[in-house]
Amino acid sequence: MATIVEWISALLALAGAVFCAISAFGLIRLPDVYLRSHAATKSAALGVLFILGGAFVYFWAADGEIDVKLLLAIVFVFLTSPVAGHLNGRAAYRSGVKMWTGSVRDDFKDVLEQAGTPAPDTTLEKEGPKRP
Amino acid sequence: MPRGSDIFLQNISKIVVFIVLAFALYLFFTGHGSPGGGFIAGLMSAGALLLLALAYDIETVRKVIPFDFKLITALGLLIALCTGTGALFFGEPFLKHAFGYFQLPLLGKTELHTALIFDLGVYLAVVGVTMTILLTIGEDS
Repeated sequence: MATIVEWISALLALAGAVFCAISAFGLIRLPDVYLRSHAATKSAALGVLFILGGAFVYFWAADGEIDVKLLLAIVFVFLTSPVAGHLNGRAAYRSGVKMWTGSVRDDFKDVLEQAGTPAPDTTLEKEGPKRP
Repeated sequence: MPRGSDIFLQNISKIVVFIVLAFALYLFFTGHGSPGGGFIAGLMSAGALLLLALAYDIETVRKVIPFDFKLITALGLLIALCTGTGALFFGEPFLKHAFGYFQLPLLGKTELHTALIFDLGVYLAVVGVTMTILLTIGEDS
């Protein structure tokens, strides 16, 4: 019984670590701020959730205590990480960070112009940000 | 920009502020037996209020807590001083704390300790000082 639970928590923690590693690769590989933010918020948040879930399962089975702090941390990360990504991306757009050359849609620009705010020119640089 | 564009931040802040404040309360009461205490609870409450000030504005924070934060600092220091002075009335040295076990209606047998009141003073002082610093820096004029 205990072995099964240990395996489950170990697998959860490993899956979370793999997700975080994938997120880090995305941060290095993706070409512009918006795509990198996409990689950083989603998979990193999921990775942290898996790791915290693994820790929760382990302490539940090993010590028999339900650690509400871990559950609260899961809820907290799940709530805040997307909003942080959203604010990050919006601040980048407002300050005129250029999009990748392959970008084809920019709905936010239309919305900004409808609201009467001049949108910064973020579209389609000729050569585009360099891939590292 | 219209104010409505902060709708994600504002709505999530409404939820997150309560989570942070509840966790600060937990840290405050758990400080005797496990990590926590008045200092970190005060910093966390100030963090929650700062999040509110970021998502809305400083006026909202002033409306949520309609006291002068400098007075809260003074009140905290006064509470800490009074718990220290209270020991003098029982012929004990200054800052000697006492505790006892009481039957509370909802909680059952509970250990009540005067150090908690001292911690409340620390908590109020930390919240007051932190918020005074933040609001003084953040405000115009």
